[in-house]
Amino acid sequence: MGAFLVQAPGSYTTVQDKGRFGYQKMGIPVSGVLDSFAGSVANLLVGNPEDSAVLEITVTGPRLTFLRKIDVALAGAEMGATLNNQPVHCWESFRVSPGDILKMQQVKIGCRAYLAVSGGIEVPKVLGSRSTYVVGKLGGYHGRPLKKGDILRCGEGTLLDVPRRLPSALIPRHSSEIVLRAIPGPQDDFFPEEGLSTFFKSEFTISTNANRMGYRLQGPSIRQKENMPASIISDPSISGSVQIPADGQPIILLGEQSMGGYTKIATVISTDIPKVAQAIPGNVIRFEEVTLETAYSLHMKQKKLMREIVRNVL
Amino acid sequence: MSSGLYETPKIRVVGDRGLLAEYGDKIDPVVNKKVISIAIGLEHDAPTGMIEIIPSYRSLLIVYDPSVTTSSVLQESLSSLEKRLQEIEIPPSQTVEIPVCYGGEFGPDIQFVAESNNLTVDAVIRLHSEPEYHIFMIGFSPGFPYLGVLPKELHTPRKKTPRTQVLAGSVGIANEQTGIYPVTSPGGWQLIGLTPLKLFNPERSNPFLYKVGDRIKFKPISPEEYRRLAEKGIK
Repeated sequence: MGAFLVQAPGSYTTVQDKGRFGYQKMGIPVSGVLDSFAGSVANLLVGNPEDSAVLEITVTGPRLTFLRKIDVALAGAEMGATLNNQPVHCWESFRVSPGDILKMQQVKIGCRAYLAVSGGIEVPKVLGSRSTYVVGKLGGYHGRPLKKGDILRCGEGTLLDVPRRLPSALIPRHSSEIVLRAIPGPQDDFFPEEGLSTFFKSEFTISTNANRMGYRLQGPSIRQKENMPASIISDPSISGSVQIPADGQPIILLGEQSMGGYTKIATVISTDIPKVAQAIPGNVIRFEEVTLETAYSLHMKQKKLMREIVRNVL
Repeated sequence: MSSGLYETPKIRVVGDRGLLAEYGDKIDPVVNKKVISIAIGLEHDAPTGMIEIIPSYRSLLIVYDPSVTTSSVLQESLSSLEKRLQEIEIPPSQTVEIPVCYGGEFGPDIQFVAESNNLTVDAVIRLHSEPEYHIFMIGFSPGFPYLGVLPKELHTPRKKTPRTQVLAGSVGIANEQTGIYPVTSPGGWQLIGLTPLKLFNPERSNPFLYKVGDRIKFKPISPEEYRRLAEKGIK
């Protein structure tokens, strides 16, 4: 049975889970929620496993009519959501009944909101995942962003005994000035000292060309070594790879890209990818150099935080 | 000509979740075969914490879970695998025949490819469909095979301005490479023909027709044959 009817889809709303793994060697990128923290928390708030499918809502939110009694939670960007014209809060669960209308507005803080429903969004798994990969027209809801009139189903879930909310101390604070920690490489040896220091010491502005494939930045041009070619033999990239094309303006590659021929000066650490997901055009980015060891310990700290959330929210 | 194979692989750090092992500095079948052997070895005996491996022309990216393993542990797995390289059994490569209707509306850039290389269109078709191509890597879009080595006479640079839409099934040329667009996508390669085969279909039990290391042979077909095969909706 349907969970909700899409009255208005918002600017770009897709079904995503944790991603599609094992097919990058066949040219199929990972996809999945860009802000994995918010995606996981939204699920936990309605009692789902962390990796259930959710809606990823970009910049402008949708208008949905619910078709059954379920629990719903929003996490990530703040989009001024109302249920039957009464405000509902981000990072909290709320109960909906058939006929209830959820309206979301333009984003106020951040860029991407996540909507989870009891039992998870139910779409067929394609190659092991429910994530939408729009370019490949696969996964999610018919391989595309939602449209007016779509009816989405949810899986079997149990209703909560009491509503859940994330303690406010744990809610990430978004800022328009973002520091992304990054590890030099894989092709940092293609850049002179001066190019690396320009990269790690300058401010970059996010251009309007920013989507799930990547974020193009604008700032001082980063020069390569004179004797090194600007393009290399195409090689794989991962989410967070920062590529420097011939014009010297960095591009942060994200989960919908997997192969490229430009040099990559640094890689944003996994812990900071959610910050990229919540950044919008016009925001300012600075890169801070960290070591691999620091990145590992930050990753473990994040894991520990997630375990605590599971214990306290569940 | 030397294959450009490194004596020891160059290891590059790709953030806290990736490790790139580079085996050479050229697009060369010898280097690529080494990459494929290592990839097969890793898949057979997957190190703990390895999420996936992505082989490319001359390198291999290992994506891992940093809460389970580390870059240095995986480097050790790689070097021990390198010592056992001779023992890795590479499954026999299969040759996949791809019917292609060359030229005309099917391959709008074939005239350009012919003219830039002082060839006739017929010669382009003959030269392109003669070799059995090695699949060096798959990437860019689902099932897009990077094939080589393209005969020298056909090397043609990419289009100055990429097309915003290239039809699924288009066969193209970019410098020393040739390949096929399995799904409709933007693209900058010179298009010389179209195959009616559906190269990627997630609903098929095997969504892909080939894998890295396999071989592709193009078979020229007429527009009538193209239409007949396309109508049949050959899987």
